[in-house]
Amino acid sequence: MDTAYSAEDLAFRDEVRGFFAEAYTPELQKRLRSPDYKSAIEEWQRKLYDQGWVAPNWPAEYGGTGWTATQKYIYETERSLAGIPNVVPFGLVMVANVIMAYGTDEQKSYFLPRILKSEDWWCQGYSEPGSGSDLASLKTKAERDGDDFIINGAKIWTTYAQYADWIFCLVRTDNSGKKQEGITFILIDMKSEGIKVNPIISIDNHHSLNEVEFNNVRVPAKNVVGEVGKGWTVAKALLAHERTGIAGVADVKRAVRVIKEVAAKEENGGQRLIDDAGFQQRLADIEVELMALEFTELRTLATQAAGGFPGPESSLLKIKGTELQQASQELLMEIAAYYQGVLPIDLDPDALGHAFAPDARRSYMYGRAATIYGGSNEVQKNIIAKYVLGLE
Amino acid sequence: MNFDFTEEQQMVRDSIARFVQDDYDWDARKAIVASEQGMSRDNWQLFAELGWLSIPFAEEHGGFGGNIVDMAVVMEELGKGLVVEPYFPTVVLFGGLIKRAGNEAQQAEWLPRIIGGEVLGAFGYVERQSRFALHDCQTTATRAGDGYVLNGEKVVVFNGEQADHLVVLARTSGAQSDREGLSLFVVDAAAAGVEKMSYPMMDGQRVANITFKDVALSADALLGEEGTALPVVDALADEAIIALAAEAVGIMGVLNAKTLEYTKTREQFGVSISSYQALQHRMVDTMMAYEQSKSLLFKALCEYKQDPAMAAETVHALKVLIDRNGKHVFGEAIQLHGGMGMTDELDIGHYAKRLMMINTTFGDANYHRSRYIETAYAA
Repeated sequence: MDTAYSAEDLAFRDEVRGFFAEAYTPELQKRLRSPDYKSAIEEWQRKLYDQGWVAPNWPAEYGGTGWTATQKYIYETERSLAGIPNVVPFGLVMVANVIMAYGTDEQKSYFLPRILKSEDWWCQGYSEPGSGSDLASLKTKAERDGDDFIINGAKIWTTYAQYADWIFCLVRTDNSGKKQEGITFILIDMKSEGIKVNPIISIDNHHSLNEVEFNNVRVPAKNVVGEVGKGWTVAKALLAHERTGIAGVADVKRAVRVIKEVAAKEENGGQRLIDDAGFQQRLADIEVELMALEFTELRTLATQAAGGFPGPESSLLKIKGTELQQASQELLMEIAAYYQGVLPIDLDPDALGHAFAPDARRSYMYGRAATIYGGSNEVQKNIIAKYVLGLE
Repeated sequence: MNFDFTEEQQMVRDSIARFVQDDYDWDARKAIVASEQGMSRDNWQLFAELGWLSIPFAEEHGGFGGNIVDMAVVMEELGKGLVVEPYFPTVVLFGGLIKRAGNEAQQAEWLPRIIGGEVLGAFGYVERQSRFALHDCQTTATRAGDGYVLNGEKVVVFNGEQADHLVVLARTSGAQSDREGLSLFVVDAAAAGVEKMSYPMMDGQRVANITFKDVALSADALLGEEGTALPVVDALADEAIIALAAEAVGIMGVLNAKTLEYTKTREQFGVSISSYQALQHRMVDTMMAYEQSKSLLFKALCEYKQDPAMAAETVHALKVLIDRNGKHVFGEAIQLHGGMGMTDELDIGHYAKRLMMINTTFGDANYHRSRYIETAYAA
């Protein structure tokens, strides 16, 4: 029972901090908030690649860092304290883990280096218009035709499909058995003929979500990951990874810091909001839960340090993490008062002051999705009830 | 003891509900919000013809002579339709100030024009630094000859873009946060020295930051007595908070009904999601949130109708509860609609954004909880 940093850990922390301070330039920060987002985040990921830090959770043999659990924790903490966005998870976190665990040698040698260098942009084809939290009810059909599969159907809520070079999909290859059987995990080139991407504007007035239609799309059978019909096993493992990733403890810590900064500047008739007892209580409630969640996450990380996929306990991190994200987003949005409603995201901050406000609203509005995606929190509770508590 | 609405109130309710149903469906509203003016002048004329703009004003000025309950009926129905035409800024705020503080001549000048739909009004009271403190005011009106010269800036002025006339809260004496020395002025938005910077808000309304640079005002622009505006504005805020609470109750009712309907039709795991007890309980919670909000609104209405001063504590409590329950209701509405609730295309998120703006207008829950504590626990 010990979480004290060693001298090596402290030296590592200084190294990470120094790198971020130099590499995460104001110019890059500005571009990440602009329509130039895609090239900006790719540039950032390539900087991380050059530093050898783009994939802290990959095994060293594939280009990971070989860091200890403590080092990974330090890295993640420093990243969020510096306000640096996470890497785009679809390639580096999600599909990469699947390919490492279930992929053929050919798939590994082709895709993993490209993912590491951010040469391909990936998106995730799980949800369908009729199947959200009930993922196994998916209907997108893949029919065998010689060495290929022919794909027909539609995926929805596909984040950044408009940028994607590849999509990893769950498709139905067999209808005869239980609905979890007959699902196959397959990689599809977004440039294939018959793919159409339809934008969905979300309630933050932003275009990140899409519907992706597949109309007789021909995909080589060698793009199947794992066995045909065993995609559900692959999918579950990947979802557990997604859930661990979205606990976002370090990002809530950063949000709390921002809340304290702006609440010290907003005043009601001369009284600073940060000095208001009611406000302080709400902030304290968030911090208390956050302290606990940080150690829940550390306990999970320590268990996983040996490697392998996280288990159903990752659902706990997802539920509590997303609840805390939303609580901190809500508080920040309230600090913005009237200015939360200002729609133009690019309004000159000097024209109104309170420059944090439009972003606060956007985070709050888009943040509503966190308790829905990756398996809604209701479904997460079902998973805990069934697999952790053994309730049927 | 009677919580029924009068036949007249029921008629007004039905007439607005019919308008929303026939002429203000989701596509029609979207087109209006996206239009150049962000509102429909035709609708505004229709509101005048149907008498909705006359509700709070005295019969001698051509008004309906309505009370706070009549006002609440209108606001609740407008809320259900998410109507963006500037009823609240023009009738409740601009008209409300003329009604409260205006002398005979001013009332005779302005109220018939408001009622006839000839004036679009606004009230400039928020300043960059003021947050929810109404008395925190840096805009000044200095005596000059018989009149005044106005200097300063008001921000997030509701209906600021379209308003042709404004009531502006300005300091005629004292320091920035003094409770004395505030005055109200009627200002022509086209006057020399008035400049607007307009922008849209998330709930579809158009607002403006309005700067005043050496704007010359005649003596009769002064509304009420010089230096005594704060009690007037505080009283207006109470009425406005009740009106907004009624709008919020209308919105919560719609959100609950739409969510209930959606969960009955949305199937997952082979059954409608409304069959899950966990979700049923949550919809019971949002139903209770709606009923509780309505009850506190009714308490505020009963007290305010009897004597506005009686409602002072309840108004703070109402703001707290509407904020909390509004968030609860729209949060669950989005969550239970799943991904669909996240889309700009569906109306759910737009109802949510209107509730968010209502919550922050004239002070949020945190602010009014403190005011409630000050008022109710004062030794």
